[in-house]
Amino acid sequence: MEFLKDFWLFLRERKKFWLLPMVLVLLLLGLLLVYGGGSAAAPFVYTLF
Amino acid sequence: MKILGISAFYHDSAAAVVVGGVIVAAAQEERFSRVKHDPSFPVQAIRYCLEEAGLALDELDAVVFYDKPLLKFERLLETYYGFAPRGLASFVTSISVWIKEKLFLKKMIRDELEKVGEYNRKKMRLIFPEHHLSHAASAFYPSSFTDAAILTIDGVGEWATASICHGQGKDITVLKELHFPHSVGLLYSAVTYFLGFKVNSGEYKVMGLAPYGSRDSAQVKDFVRKIKNVLVDIKQDGSIALDQKYFTYATGLRMVPDRRWAKLFGFSRRQAEAEITQQHCDLAAAIQEVTEEIVLKMVHEAKRLTGSDNLCMAGGVALNCVANGKIQEQKIFSNYFVQPAAGDAGGALGAALAAQYIYFEKERTIDTAQADAMQGAALGPEASDRSIEYMAKRYAAVFSKFSSFDELTNLVARHLSDGKVVGWQQGRMEFGPRALGNRSILADPRNPEMQRKLNLSIKYRESFRPFAPSVLAEDVAEYFDFTGASPYMMFVHSLKKSRCFPTDDSGQAFDIKAKLQQQRSDLPAITHVDGTARIQTVHKESNEKFWLLLQAFKQKTGCSVLVNTSFNVRGEPLVCSAEDAYRCLMRTEMDFLVIGNYIFDKGQQPLWKEAMEWKNEYVLD
Repeated sequence: MEFLKDFWLFLRERKKFWLLPMVLVLLLLGLLLVYGGGSAAAPFVYTLF
Repeated sequence: MKILGISAFYHDSAAAVVVGGVIVAAAQEERFSRVKHDPSFPVQAIRYCLEEAGLALDELDAVVFYDKPLLKFERLLETYYGFAPRGLASFVTSISVWIKEKLFLKKMIRDELEKVGEYNRKKMRLIFPEHHLSHAASAFYPSSFTDAAILTIDGVGEWATASICHGQGKDITVLKELHFPHSVGLLYSAVTYFLGFKVNSGEYKVMGLAPYGSRDSAQVKDFVRKIKNVLVDIKQDGSIALDQKYFTYATGLRMVPDRRWAKLFGFSRRQAEAEITQQHCDLAAAIQEVTEEIVLKMVHEAKRLTGSDNLCMAGGVALNCVANGKIQEQKIFSNYFVQPAAGDAGGALGAALAAQYIYFEKERTIDTAQADAMQGAALGPEASDRSIEYMAKRYAAVFSKFSSFDELTNLVARHLSDGKVVGWQQGRMEFGPRALGNRSILADPRNPEMQRKLNLSIKYRESFRPFAPSVLAEDVAEYFDFTGASPYMMFVHSLKKSRCFPTDDSGQAFDIKAKLQQQRSDLPAITHVDGTARIQTVHKESNEKFWLLLQAFKQKTGCSVLVNTSFNVRGEPLVCSAEDAYRCLMRTEMDFLVIGNYIFDKGQQPLWKEAMEWKNEYVLD
């Protein structure tokens, strides 16, 4: 949560809201790769590529 | 205010503690972990700094990290976006590290601090100044100037690769920045890579190799022309634009496209440890010349923008002491101060000082009795008598202890004048890359065999690399074309013409050994092939013990100069503890080791048995 707050403040300060979707997608992908590997979510990850 | 500064996760992790504006301790993690340029979180360095300051983590007012991770992440994303679809492999590699770790740096720092000791996570204040502001602060605040231009140049921080700031009192104002991917540091590193040396550590080898190229030769002139016409566009204010067709560091896993560079310069990238030929030296000379031109333009711009009489410098490029010497010779400013830990390690100190004066807005007082606030860079740990004797007992080492330091220095001076090599460990360890007489290997500079002996039998490193002189500050003008103070070995200047011998390298087939064997002055061990030396002036006020040894050597020989090289072997960090020093004595052909008032004669030590091949312990730097 602290990261999301910091990141929002950062985007506001830098006025770079266009980075938001890119970072969210990357974070979701990252979470899937980190926690999804070897689990039930793995087939879903593979279909993304 | 009690502030802990940290640099970590890229290269040269370090910690520094500042209490009430006074630098209490600073040290690189590599000295404790024994891993050269260690990038890991500096747990041991922090532990030491807090111990030295007598502080617990909970007593700190702030922990300051030396750059802004989110701003760096923004640069990363925008760069990949700008270069897409190029750089996919590099993107996948780096982005996974960021998503797993670096984006959550606050949590990571808090977790790592728990390894140092218990503390209240919620109360700990974390601050993140910009990378180049940390460098600027590391140069300006420890200087004795109330008003100064500040020039910081390195590879890259967040976006900035160089900056010009104005320091006034306790304030630093950023006036101008050069942004990624255009970078003097990365240009130099690209050539370092192409010449077969390691990026982020081999740059000083390129600087040492440059004088073996002849600046007046057609090949060097051709390389300079190619660099300036093809690779880099240099503007009048010192800003540059690098043609990204010739660089891959922005999105690739290497610095440059090897084949394109091979076509441009007419030879392939040198493999590490392959033979060094004339063309390698000529390219080193060319990039050194271009770098000096760019840096000098930046210095002129800093003068124009600030009108100050004083210049402070930091950042990795500020370790280019050949360029620093040229800046000093031009007399653009009246006074200069280069942060001795100019690289990223110094960022830890700068970050702490930036928090003290900029974030907490504390008043800055300058101790006019001191030349600067760096305390001779002696900011690290010191070996106690107890630790020395404990080490001696452990290794059954034979030693003599002197109650009189004068007697000890007289004996060491005699050994040095007899051609012996002495490991010299006194007081607190140096902060920054240079050994300044507290963790040094010393020898007689008049001995024509000394450079070869030190390089091949003691340091186990490339034979072309020069050694630096330490000279009594009051006698510097007798030996060098230099009259000022250079206590941190940050400036290269020429030896006095009267001390140099006529040499003739023209028409000679290139042979690095032949050039090395030519005796170029009456101090051959510290005279580089171009008749220059990286000078350290030793002052009684800032390093009395080393000054006393130089005095003793002068009394015995009439010479006020000693060879001073860092106390380590190739690829090893500078020795830290008494044990590190003894190990180095026993692994090399060093003759004596002095720690405090104790002297160890190599010839009297018990047989050194080491099962493993220790040279493999340290990778090529």
